[in-house]
Parts: sequence; C-alpha cells; structure tokens
Amino acid sequence: MGKIIVMTSGKGGVGKTTSSAAFATGFALRGYKTVVIDFDVGLRNLDLVMGCERRVVFDFINIINGEARLNQALIKDKRVDNLYILPTSQTRDKDALTKEGVEKVLEELRQEFDYVICDSPAGIERGALMALYFADEAIIVTNPEVSSVRDSDRILGMLAARSRRAELNEEPVKEHLLLTRYDPARVERGEMLNVTDVLEILAIPLLGVIPESQAVLRASNIGMPVTLDDKSTAGQAYRDAIARFLGEQIEHRFVKPERRGFFNRLLRRTA
Amino acid sequence: MSVDPRTLATAAVLPDGEPSFQLRGSAFTMMVLKINEARAGALVTELQDKVRQAPNFFRNAPIVVDLDGLSDDMRRIDLSGLVARLRSLQLIVVGVQGGSRNQQTAAIAAGLPVVPSGRPARLEPVAPTVTGVAAEALSAGTVAEPTTARQPTMIVNEPVRSGRQIYAQNCDLIVTAMVSAGAELLADGNIHVYGALRGRALAGLGGDKGARIFCLSMEAEMLSVAGLYLVSEDIDPAVHRKPAQVHLKDGYLRLDAI
Ligand SMILES: Nc1ncnc2c1ncn2[C@@H]1O[C@H](COP(=O)(O)OP(=O)(O)OP(=O)(O)O)[C@@H](O)[C@H]1O
Ligand SMILES: [Mg+2]
Repeated sequence: MGKIIVMTSGKGGVGKTTSSAAFATGFALRGYKTVVIDFDVGLRNLDLVMGCERRVVFDFINIINGEARLNQALIKDKRVDNLYILPTSQTRDKDALTKEGVEKVLEELRQEFDYVICDSPAGIERGALMALYFADEAIIVTNPEVSSVRDSDRILGMLAARSRRAELNEEPVKEHLLLTRYDPARVERGEMLNVTDVLEILAIPLLGVIPESQAVLRASNIGMPVTLDDKSTAGQAYRDAIARFLGEQIEHRFVKPERRGFFNRLLRRTA
Repeated sequence: MSVDPRTLATAAVLPDGEPSFQLRGSAFTMMVLKINEARAGALVTELQDKVRQAPNFFRNAPIVVDLDGLSDDMRRIDLSGLVARLRSLQLIVVGVQGGSRNQQTAAIAAGLPVVPSGRPARLEPVAPTVTGVAAEALSAGTVAEPTTARQPTMIVNEPVRSGRQIYAQNCDLIVTAMVSAGAELLADGNIHVYGALRGRALAGLGGDKGARIFCLSMEAEMLSVAGLYLVSEDIDPAVHRKPAQVHLKDGYLRLDAI
C-alpha cells in the first residue's frame, strides 16, 4: 500500500507546489509510481508547474462527486514514467472537499501508487485540513523567516491533534522539515533565520535545504519540475532531499554562501 | 462584586473538517449583583450613584444577579422589572446565580440562564519585580481564592505547538517537551516545562499564590502566577534562555535563574 504525503506550510507562497512537483518527479525518476494531487481548489497551480494545464479534462472534484472515474482524470506525465497528476478544479471552492470524498479517492490511489503527494493550499482552514487529514508523512515547507516558521509550528500542532492518525490514536504522522528559498548570503547578513534557528524552534528532522534559485521560476514558467534541471542548485537540493526521504545519508549542501574569487565574480557578471 | 472562575475553554470537536460553527467554552469576568435585602428599597438610586462614578466601566456591563441569601419573601422579586430598571442604568442582566428551583424556573422563563456560581474576586497587590519592572494585575478582579482540592498532575509528553491551549484544572502541569510561541499553558497549580518555554504560562490560575513556573529555557511570551504577570520584554536578559523559575514573594513576581 502506498504512502500518503502532505506538502504543507500554513503560510502561503513558501514553495509547497514547487516542492510537490519536485518530489513527485524525483520519486518517479527513481522508479516509484507516484501521483501528485492539487488540493488548492479554486486556484489550480500544480498543473501549470507540471506543464500539463492543456491536458486537463476532469479533475479531483469531479472524482469526488462521482462525475468521472479516476483514470479519466489522472494525467500521465510525458517526460517521466510512473508520474501522474491529479489536477484540481478552478471553478469550485474548498467546500467541495468532503472528508468521505477525499478518503475514497486517496484510498483508491494508494492501492495503485507507491506515493500519493497532496499539495496543500495555504492557511489552516478546510482545504489545508483535508490535505493533511489522511497523511502518513508530512513535509513541512518553511521559509527562513519568523512568520513562516510560526505558521509551520501551527500546522505541526494540527498534524498532532487533528489528523486521522491523531484522531484514531495511531502512530503519529511522520514529520520532515524542508527549508526552502534559503539564501545563505542573506542569512549571513542576519536578514533571515539560519538553519539552526529554525530547527531549534520547530524541533523536527531536517529533510533538506533548498536554496533560493532563479532556476525555480524559470522551470515553473516552462512547466518543468525543477528536479529535472539537474544543473541548478535547487534541482540538486531537491534530489538530495528525495534521497534522504528514501533513507540515504547525504550531507546538506547549499547552506553556506558561495565563496567566489575575483575572476569568478567577473566571469559570472559577464556570463 | 464577584466573578466567575476561569473555566476550561474547550473547542468543540470538529467532526468533519470545518463546520459552519464552533462552540467553545470561554471564561468571562462579570459583575455579580448581590442585593442587600434590608435596604432593597434604595437599590436603584444607590446603584445609579455607583454607575455615575465610573460610567465607562459600567456602560452596558453584563451583570449576574445573585439570588442566594435572599429570604423567601425577597425571592419573589419581579425579575423582569429588575432587568428593566438595571437596563435603564445601562447594566445588562445576562443571568442569575443561586436561588431556589422555583426562582430559577422563573428566571429561565424570563429569558435569563442560571449560571454556575462563581468564586468571588480578590484584588492582588500590584508590585514591581526584582528586576524593577512593574508586574501588573491581569485585570481587576480576575483572581479568585483557591477553593478546590488538588488533582493528580497532568503530564504532556509532546511539544505544545502554536495555537494550542492546555489547561490543567485543579492540578499541576508537566510538559516534557518544548512549548512554542503562540501556545498557552494554564494550570491551577505549578507548571513545569522540561524544554524551552516560548509561549505563555499561567500558573496558580485559581488564585494559588504558592504556585510556580519552572522551565529549562526561559523564552516565554508571558508569565503569570495568581493573576500577576510579566510579558517577555519585562524578562531579565540574564535569565533569557536559561533554566528559570517564577514565583510570588511578598506580593512580588520573581523570576530567578535556577
Ligand atoms: N527555491 C526557490 N527559489 C526561488 N523561488 C522559489 C523557490 N521556491 C519557490 N519559489 C517561487 O515562490 C513562488 C511560490 O512558490 P509555490 O507556488 O511553490 O508556493 P506555494 O507554497 O505552493 O504557494 P501557495 O501557498 O500560493 O500555494 C513561486 O513564484 C515560485 O517560483
Ligand atoms: Mg501552491
């Protein structure tokens, strides 16, 4: 039976969708059959980031409402085998996410897939709650700033109290911290929290640090998960994080500012 | 004047995600009107004087009428009439406490709920701490005398995250993990945190002045014992992030390194 993973944060715009796409792609590249679901009903970003927005016929809400079958709505990625996307509806709102409906879809998916990744909307309301409710593991996406860390803490509290595992008194949802948009130079200048600060406050295991990188915006503009850009620091950092998720021991990179010599800086400026 | 005790604020369990409403317990400080039967005739005029002295304090204040201690004769007071007269003084009767069963039935018929009797307030002294910072009473009259017997200690073994509130009613509270900023610990007894205390901690909630707060790393947003409190900017930098305890001494709220 597959694992349900929620990508969640509380705060908006921290990189949940980017990370959902990156992780889904990374799992699939390693041969795991993976589906990524957009829980952000009404906004529909995931299909854009995955580059499949023009192939959407049916969506997650259609399935919940019994208006289509799962395999009619699942979109198979064209670049990576084993990778599927379940887009959401842009015309409905989060009330369309009923607990029974979500459960039915997730149970069906976990029969067939190794990993089911739920891309949560921001906030702590219904959409976010439904995305985390059935999770086995949670990746807490956090930016190195106080408000994002505070919201992540809040979400961790909800996972511990209001997830299905909590309500049924089962083993708790396994928590991972993914620190994204990390800018070592700004951290060094004291403009952002550093890794240690964040870990001290949240006190959960660190899965990875994804550096702030132009490659992310570039990739999402062309609808390509950044994991596929293995030249970029962000792409490499996501690959490392995915390997750690799968149990490999890999040192954290990209946490210190790059030190460049004079010539390097010169070259870079003209490049 | 008297107040009801702080009661446990319980968020209703939400059965399915996000329902159309939430019911939660909440504690209120309200004035209780106790009528001196012997001088009941002067009630309205004297009350009017009182209101005139502090009109802002009394304007539209919720009032609970205490029916206890009234003789049977007085118990037949015209509740609706009393409500209307108090309303003309801009006092809003929101319920009754005590009284006989008949009296309570009459109150309910008049649209007034019977609230559980509260514990009377006692004002605590407002005093500076050792660090020379003024500790302030939480609000006039929120401190009640401890009345109930101590129960076994409540133990919490997981981190208390932002947004969560834990109340150890009539007992001590031990948290064996950290307490995040934005979380709140309440206990009628002592509070022990075997981790960083970054949220709020209110010990001696029911008025126990002997209650203390202990933690391994003092980073609290707010600390209170028996109604006196300190906020984070009052906290002596010398104990910041250090093991510390908070207790009341000679009416002063003290924060000491351990
Ligand atoms: N590592 C990164 N470096 C640079 N930009 C990034 C990085 N990660 C995400 N971004 C950018 O941040 C923005 C928000 O990212 P994304 O949509 O993934 O966040 P989200 O948490 O899903 O937002 P929402 O809460 O609105 O769903 C996007 O413009 C994305 O390109
Ligand atoms: Mg998103």
